[in-house]
Amino acid sequence: MTVTTSYRRPGRLARFGTLISDIVARPSGAIGLTLVLGHLLLAFIGPFIVPYDFTEMNSGLMLSKPSAAHWLGADHLGRDTLTRTLLGGREAILVTGIATPLAVLWGGLVGIFFGLAGGRVDEVLMRVVDAFLSLPWILKMLVLIVTFGTGIEVLIPTLAFFYGIPVIRIARAATHDVVARDFVQAARARGHSRGTIIRRELLPNVRDALLVEGAMRWSWMLLAFSSLSFLGFGVSPPTPDWGLMIADARGFMSFSPLGVLAPMVGLSSLIIGINLTADALAKALGIDRAQKAPV
Amino acid sequence: MLAMLLRRLGLGAITVWLVSIIIFVGVEMLPGDTCTAFLEREAQGKLLENCREDLGLNRSALVRYADWAGSAVRGDLGVSANGQKQISELVGYRLRNTLLLASGAMLVGIPLALFLGVVAALWRDKLVDIVVSTTAIFAMTIPEFVSATLLILVFSVWLGWVPGIVLTSADAPLIEFFPEVLLPIAVLTLVMTAHILRTVRSSVIETLASDYAQMATLKGVPYWQIVFRHILPNALLPTINVVALTIAWLLGGVVVIETVFNYPGLGRMMIDSISDRDLPVTQAIALIIASVYVVVNLAADILTMLANPRLRTVHMRKG
Amino acid sequence: MTSAETTERDFLAINDLSIGFRGRAGTMVPVLRNISLTVQKGESIGLVGESGSGKSTLALAMMGYLKTGLKVIEGSASFDGIEMFTQARKSLETIRGGRLALIPQNSGQSLTPTLRIGAQIAEALRLHSSLPETAHSARVTELLSQVRLPDPSTISERYPHELSGGQQQRVAIAMALAGEPEALLLDEPTTGLDVTTQAHILELLRDLARETGMAMVYVSHDLGAIARVCDRVIVMYAGEVVLEGSAKQVLRDPGHPYARGLLASIPQLKDTHLPRALDGRPPAPGQVGNGCAFVDRCVIATENCSAARPELTQGPSGAKTRCHHAERVNEIPLIGHREVSQRNLPETISLNLDDLAISYARPNLFEKLTGRENQATATVDAITIALRKGETLGLVGESGSGKSTILKSLAGLLPPLHGSVDVADGTPLPARVEDRSASQLRQIQMIFQNPDESLNPRQTIAQILAQPLKLYFGLSGEALNERSAQLLEQVRLGAHYLDRLPSQLSGGEKQRVAVARAFAAEPDLVLCDEITSALDVSVQAAVLELLDDLRRENDTSYVFVSHDLAVVRVLSDRVAVLYQGRLCEIGPTKDVYGETSHPYTEVLLGAVLEPDPDFSPTLSANDAVELSPPKAGCPFQRRCPKRIGDVCDTVIPPRRDFADGHTIWCHREDF
Repeated sequence: MTVTTSYRRPGRLARFGTLISDIVARPSGAIGLTLVLGHLLLAFIGPFIVPYDFTEMNSGLMLSKPSAAHWLGADHLGRDTLTRTLLGGREAILVTGIATPLAVLWGGLVGIFFGLAGGRVDEVLMRVVDAFLSLPWILKMLVLIVTFGTGIEVLIPTLAFFYGIPVIRIARAATHDVVARDFVQAARARGHSRGTIIRRELLPNVRDALLVEGAMRWSWMLLAFSSLSFLGFGVSPPTPDWGLMIADARGFMSFSPLGVLAPMVGLSSLIIGINLTADALAKALGIDRAQKAPV
Repeated sequence: MLAMLLRRLGLGAITVWLVSIIIFVGVEMLPGDTCTAFLEREAQGKLLENCREDLGLNRSALVRYADWAGSAVRGDLGVSANGQKQISELVGYRLRNTLLLASGAMLVGIPLALFLGVVAALWRDKLVDIVVSTTAIFAMTIPEFVSATLLILVFSVWLGWVPGIVLTSADAPLIEFFPEVLLPIAVLTLVMTAHILRTVRSSVIETLASDYAQMATLKGVPYWQIVFRHILPNALLPTINVVALTIAWLLGGVVVIETVFNYPGLGRMMIDSISDRDLPVTQAIALIIASVYVVVNLAADILTMLANPRLRTVHMRKG
Repeated sequence: MTSAETTERDFLAINDLSIGFRGRAGTMVPVLRNISLTVQKGESIGLVGESGSGKSTLALAMMGYLKTGLKVIEGSASFDGIEMFTQARKSLETIRGGRLALIPQNSGQSLTPTLRIGAQIAEALRLHSSLPETAHSARVTELLSQVRLPDPSTISERYPHELSGGQQQRVAIAMALAGEPEALLLDEPTTGLDVTTQAHILELLRDLARETGMAMVYVSHDLGAIARVCDRVIVMYAGEVVLEGSAKQVLRDPGHPYARGLLASIPQLKDTHLPRALDGRPPAPGQVGNGCAFVDRCVIATENCSAARPELTQGPSGAKTRCHHAERVNEIPLIGHREVSQRNLPETISLNLDDLAISYARPNLFEKLTGRENQATATVDAITIALRKGETLGLVGESGSGKSTILKSLAGLLPPLHGSVDVADGTPLPARVEDRSASQLRQIQMIFQNPDESLNPRQTIAQILAQPLKLYFGLSGEALNERSAQLLEQVRLGAHYLDRLPSQLSGGEKQRVAVARAFAAEPDLVLCDEITSALDVSVQAAVLELLDDLRRENDTSYVFVSHDLAVVRVLSDRVAVLYQGRLCEIGPTKDVYGETSHPYTEVLLGAVLEPDPDFSPTLSANDAVELSPPKAGCPFQRRCPKRIGDVCDTVIPPRRDFADGHTIWCHREDF
């Protein structure tokens, strides 16, 4: 018998395309994805389109109102607010953009490993995870930052470490769900090695949960990053950063409300964009997000 | 049932113990100690030796941990590095002030979240749901310092209704925190309500689709009786744990809010202690917050156990 | 049509009713098409059809209820002259659960988990009876004893999860009776229950119908259950009525090709033929063409059948049938198409189970320290069976009998407490799958109950089949493709299935893929765990036929686990009957199903229903659910109708050997 099968599994690209079109099918998902992509684009091309140098101070412009030359006015040092707002997300996106995949990766791997191991080891790990989660994030972060400084070489591993811990929980729960299913039992009964079972049976099914979790972690991390900046433990001046800009402009908001409003819009639109996308992604993948607690 | 309770209590105690180790080890790993922080540039030679001798820092880490943990169990949190005051005294008023914030937010937020969540679910995809759900996403995702600053801008700077900053001292009577405390409570309430509301909404929607909700309809039970007798008791059970997690999470969020409003609570004290490298105070606050987290979660577990007949009664059938 | 045209004596009437949902294209996709039917007072009718035929939707429509997303396209439903779909909510609330009550499909999930049983029944009383509040609790007790629940006052204090499936179903019946209904709708009320429980519930329903004169609409895929309770039967296919007539007309000599095919696909105790499968699958909603919905699967279809939709007309037998060729349906045979051959099996042993005991309970530290670990009664105990090469061994028993547990242990997924399993050459088979050699692994394959669970939803069929082929034979590239395609041909699926995901296949097709995956290993022994119970009966017949073909071609042994005695009979050379994890009886199939049987086997066989209106089951034991085996004596001691005395409670029954290796473990001597 001659077999003339077109042995093609649906390509990765095609499946990714379906996912994107599922997300965009909902208005909230379309808005969210547009916001996220817009911010990413801005982060890349920002330096080439801004009207002024973000460090350029002009004492004549201090706290000036919007004008044709300076659409959003200027801050207390006479720097152009529009320029600084447009550039204000670059550092945040860079740091969280690297830290998020790292967090999902290490948290995911540890979670899967212990989810599979089960038994006493698993019990002990969950207590440690619980213990870490019971400490407020800001305390954990601050202790490290105060000691080691606020450079991105500190912020990235710190964020990745602490935000990977809740991922352990999610990955472990997803692993438990999948392991209980018959197709994993079937693979075990056939005698596949543990590695094959993880790679072929487990990962493709845990991946969805981790994808949604990653999107959520990204939004929480941005929140943490900008909060740290706001408190003065993040980006150091004169780098433009939304959190820092809001902190600086707060004292002058009665004279120049745009100084706080502009970075607020920048930051909020990115975070809301991520959340809307994550919601739509969760629905497209059949995972409900609202059931999850904010930890 | 009793065994389950004891097990939960035991696990909670283990978690607190692990937290104490994490805190202690974390602080140990930091370069420098209380004496180097306290003496700053003079931290060398004889002076440093004497200081360490006085505070018992020369002893081995294990002994110091046992000493610290042992005292903490008895309610003695040690003395602060700056000013050498009893930490328990320092913390007392601050904890009270933070609890004022948190309880204010809970008192308003939890009923509001339950109400709005149920309403949004029952009128799913109607205008009221769309408004409530969209607002919730905004309230939940925008950082606290952004919403706080926005509220100050609107209600304090523009409208002038309430002061945007708290100038009351930490040990003042609670009544003196009014009306300044209203804005921080509002910010906390906003975030908390949004989180709980979303859980309530999806839980009610799930229950509405259950077989027993359909059965109740086909049994001829009037709609509002179905909602109150059949839907809500089942839908709200799983939200108890989320409420607990949200409360516990507030304790972290409160740090930022207290800083924005200059509110003399535990959170701001924590930031100050970290900036000043006052390690004993940092350790004490960390332990307190972690314990509150564990206790709140424990309470939620026990409450769920008591309210859920599946957990309350003996399991006759497995699976 | 309007309700005015409904004649006064039609108690329940459906007029030209079409129900559908809005499809992706924005047009209405019908799930029920132009249904008309009537039910008179005191009459009981059966609605029969396979999953997706729209029978449950129709039953709920009689109450004026539509599941979310469904809409009435045209037509009406009325109850005693009251138009249900135009009724105000208030008036519907009075009728539902009062004059017209429903007994749901899955009572376990239809009872509110946070309310006590008593409170849920009292709620129905409060809404639908004139009794004063003070009399409610007495009435609740009365209702619970009317549905023959033992100790009604205790039950009413319980929560739903504390009851067994059969008890929950009885509670649902009691709840329906609380409103003193004039008509009762039953939506698959016995699906998922054990055979004896099902038989008891059906008898109860029959009695109730007779006592109270209620009309009943009984929805089921199970023709045996329908035959037991219904006067008139309506067969549904793809959202329309295809056959309607008296129970005798429909079940004895069905006048529609689909109904005949359905009847022929049911395995029956008295018929040893292999049931005849219905090829193909029903059209999805919206996919029905202009012609007859059944045309693609019909063996007597002509060109005319795809051109015009047949009307429901009087057929030769007197029943109304929707077929262009009603006079030719006799060409479709009603009995199975081939006898499962009596095979001469070699005496070579392929697997030897010796005194196998399995327990799910893991002793905790405390029990280990105090030496109490061995005191718990094992879930499965004292299983000694020698399986011959090429033999099919059936394992039967109700839920909790330990039959699946034994399979899991043989597959190496659940190590036994003690006892051993030896393979053909007498070498012991390691208990844990991790310790088995590559060839031992290959020789034993398992097929699971539900293909939705046992096939990875993220893998294509090609990837699923590649797993064993790569693992055991190291196939790759073109050889792998060729072998995969060949396997699909063997299970009557084409090579074009290779690219698909499991979610794109029907239930029967998925289970075929699972079968192909097992046979990819070229195994000596295949463990089948309830592999047809998640399938429709016509699909089940196809899978049974496939298994029979494959064992002929490959000389494979099966251990075939099922709760359905008729299904087990079809394939098995030998059958073992289990109760509470202990062997009651084992022997050649014809002997076990014959005259001389263990009391438990008799109880089981007596409860099996036949799709025949004149058949009545024999109920000789109660249907109480036992959760753990007794501490000593015979496992069946508590329910046995032929109990001798104390000896049954204290002494393990002796084995009694009959001809041909037929063995019964029982204290009785009068076999």
